[in-house]
Amino acid sequence: MATAADPLALPPSPAAPAGLVEGRSSGRLLGARRPPAALLALGLVVALAAALPALYLVVVVAGDARAAADAVLTSRSLGLVLRSAGLAVAVTASAIAIAVPLAWLTVRSDLPGRRAWATLATLPLVMPSYIAAYVFVAVLRPKGLLQEALAPLGVQELPQIYGFLGAWLVLTLCTYPLVLLPLRAALRRLDPSVEEAARVMGRSPLEVFRTVVLPQLMPAIGAGGVLVALYVLSDFGAVAILRFDSFTREIYIAFQSAQRTEAAALGMVLVLVMLLLFALYAKVRGARALHRSSPGTQRPAPPVRLGRWRWPALGLCAGVVAVTLVVPIGVLLYWASKDVSTGVDVATITAEAGNSLLAAAAAAVAAAAAALVVGVLSVRFPGYATRAIERVGYAGYALPGIVVALALVFFGTRVALPLYQTLAMLVFALSIHYLPLAVGPVGAALMQVPPRLEEAARGLGRSPLQVFRTITRPLVTSGVLAGAALVFLHALKELPATLLLAPIGFETLATDIFHQTTTGFFEAAAIPALILLLIAAPPLYLLNEKGVKGT
Amino acid sequence: MSDNGKGNGLTPPCVGLRVRGLQKSFGSVRAVAGADFTVRSGGTCALLGPSGCGKTTTLRMIAGLERPDAGEIVVAGRVVSSSERFVAPEERRIGMVFQDYALFPHMDVAANVGYGLGRKPDHGRVREALELVGLGDSGKRMVHELSGGQQQRVALARALAPTPDIVLLDEPFSNLDASLRDRLRQEVSAILRTAGVTAVFVTHDQEEAMSIAEQVVVMREGCVEQDGTPEEVYLRPATRWMAEFLGDIEVLPGEAREGRAKCELGSLPTEVHLDGAVDVLVRPEGLAVGVSGPSSAASAEVVSRRFFGHDQLLGLRLESGQVVRSRRLGFPAWHPGDHVQVWIEGPVEILPRADAPAVA
Repeated sequence: MATAADPLALPPSPAAPAGLVEGRSSGRLLGARRPPAALLALGLVVALAAALPALYLVVVVAGDARAAADAVLTSRSLGLVLRSAGLAVAVTASAIAIAVPLAWLTVRSDLPGRRAWATLATLPLVMPSYIAAYVFVAVLRPKGLLQEALAPLGVQELPQIYGFLGAWLVLTLCTYPLVLLPLRAALRRLDPSVEEAARVMGRSPLEVFRTVVLPQLMPAIGAGGVLVALYVLSDFGAVAILRFDSFTREIYIAFQSAQRTEAAALGMVLVLVMLLLFALYAKVRGARALHRSSPGTQRPAPPVRLGRWRWPALGLCAGVVAVTLVVPIGVLLYWASKDVSTGVDVATITAEAGNSLLAAAAAAVAAAAAALVVGVLSVRFPGYATRAIERVGYAGYALPGIVVALALVFFGTRVALPLYQTLAMLVFALSIHYLPLAVGPVGAALMQVPPRLEEAARGLGRSPLQVFRTITRPLVTSGVLAGAALVFLHALKELPATLLLAPIGFETLATDIFHQTTTGFFEAAAIPALILLLIAAPPLYLLNEKGVKGT
Repeated sequence: MSDNGKGNGLTPPCVGLRVRGLQKSFGSVRAVAGADFTVRSGGTCALLGPSGCGKTTTLRMIAGLERPDAGEIVVAGRVVSSSERFVAPEERRIGMVFQDYALFPHMDVAANVGYGLGRKPDHGRVREALELVGLGDSGKRMVHELSGGQQQRVALARALAPTPDIVLLDEPFSNLDASLRDRLRQEVSAILRTAGVTAVFVTHDQEEAMSIAEQVVVMREGCVEQDGTPEEVYLRPATRWMAEFLGDIEVLPGEAREGRAKCELGSLPTEVHLDGAVDVLVRPEGLAVGVSGPSSAASAEVVSRRFFGHDQLLGLRLESGQVVRSRRLGFPAWHPGDHVQVWIEGPVEILPRADAPAVA
């Protein structure tokens, strides 16, 4: 299912899963059944919950339209839009520039160890941007590690890293795998005989790449690029730590300085920009007309011999892996060892890890349950109402985490005061924010159990209960678990919603890293960061990998 | 054409393609194990064989898409591949039609056809090539808007536009449905003849090879099994495997002595050197059936009949008990139980006895 592979977990495009269509039509053939009232009611509750942040944001802005308009319609906000857009464009361009050679080298060339390089190059996907930013600052800030190392050589000053430059570099290194993954898949799908045809027609290999290969890769590059732009616009950790005034940081600052209407108005503008990008993404993904012109047995492309170009190619791969993996982990270990030598506050870190796990586990259970409701409704009872519920289920993720949190702060302070700053509110925010991550695998699992399958089992002499036990449950359980695991792992490293909504004194690993970094206590942030990476990164990588292979 | 080394004395100019001692292995698999054949300039040659016989690898080596382990390839008098020399595919002046056509999906038809004509293609030449395949007005259309047959013809126009020395076609008709395939075979062979270009195409379809090529090179396990005109390979198979590969065959045991071979269906002239047990190979359409026949005819009983409209396939039990098939026109109808006379009226091939059938 695309959702597991897709780090931003966008709703499947209308044409995407063939199984979806089949599942629906088979349901219709059996005579569309009406869903039980209780189930439908549950589905409406889920949809309402998922839509709550967006709806309440509208309520807030509409309720104080004057102030909101004043906040948005200034020359400052034009600058804000331009700055955010500029960062998104710059990061997208540089991510593509890194991803294209890496993809080609790891798919099409005889680069030594290309499989290992491909795996290593996609790993930064699971690095939270605030940890990457923390490492970046720790190394490159004035009087940071690099300057310390260079001081004997007489280097007094390093270029300014805060602001655009830092945000651009860090976000590029966090996001290039979003282009690399679809690009590698597209390269593997390319019909090599098209390139052979171009060669035979008298064009050099380089010219063939420019005139034939690259144009065919444009849809994948475009789709990956929009994902990068969406990531950059909704990212909070990196821009906050690197002090770049993008939308999310301005929203946070406005919120901190009690200009809440202004924060909501800015959030609204950001959501509109995101929606535009989503529309673009759907369009790019839909424009997949560039397929093989006819079916046939595809022969695997013979790897291109690099010859002496092997060395620069290896250098590029090693450089990317060094900067995105080796240096961050080395730096974290270095600071952690310093911290250990001065005495670690084990009790605090244990408590934070416990808080992180608790909030993430609760969110995972809630999201999986909600996804099961949405999944059963949309797969088993196809119709307008159930389809609408499914669509709304994706709404939470179309909003950046900080906007979801902001809307719920308003809701908590104005409507549900008893819930404000409770764990329940945080769990609610996390579960609706990551609900689409669970809807994907749960829906896919349900579709693997078409009604026909259960009917066949009934026809073979099993009772409904036996059918459920032997057919339905085993087939659905894995999907529900996969969905829950995805939500758990993403919620574990979530930052802005936790910052805004956690009960007072409720520190998680993520908020601790953020607070320690922004106040300059780098030693103290290292161990939480290592623990978080250790818990979240390997399973997240495996799930992503599984999702990629499943598509 | 300036550096093609024509007239170097080794290859007469009337030779379009010469392949000598061509070998290629993939790991431990020997794909091509020493293939030799020659195609005349302007000739149409089919590389025919069962899957895995090395025919596609041979074609790809001619195109320069695979590097031979050994052997020599000469195209239009120019050595393009030998132990000393390997000309890159883009410098071979070759036109190629791929099995899946490999049209550039992001270009329109005219851009596809003009691609081989350099950065600034001559529009007149593009149109000329499209008109040759009957698609003169389709230049502005996108590839995915075309039907399978049209895509096939665009691929051919694209291959012919740069006036190559040779056109290579890899299973060109295998992606088309049966009715379209037959029409396109005739069209394509007519177009190739009009263009007067040397053409080599790979196919596993015997009928296709024999109906559009003037030369059929049959490959088996990486070697050339037989090379000749369609009539030669069909009617005078060099081996029993060849006979069985190219169509239905009946094998009658016989004895050869002094230039005659005797079998149940009479005595037939044969080569003098044959002596002893032989196989008499005859195609079902070479077995005639009638109420009465010539003196050499044998009696038989009709035991089965399959009717195809234009013809019928009869199973005949000879007096020895052997059942042979006879393909006759659809009329007069014969029925199981009929007692008939059967005799040979077509060409036969007589080979020394092979104890086991060569084709599994």
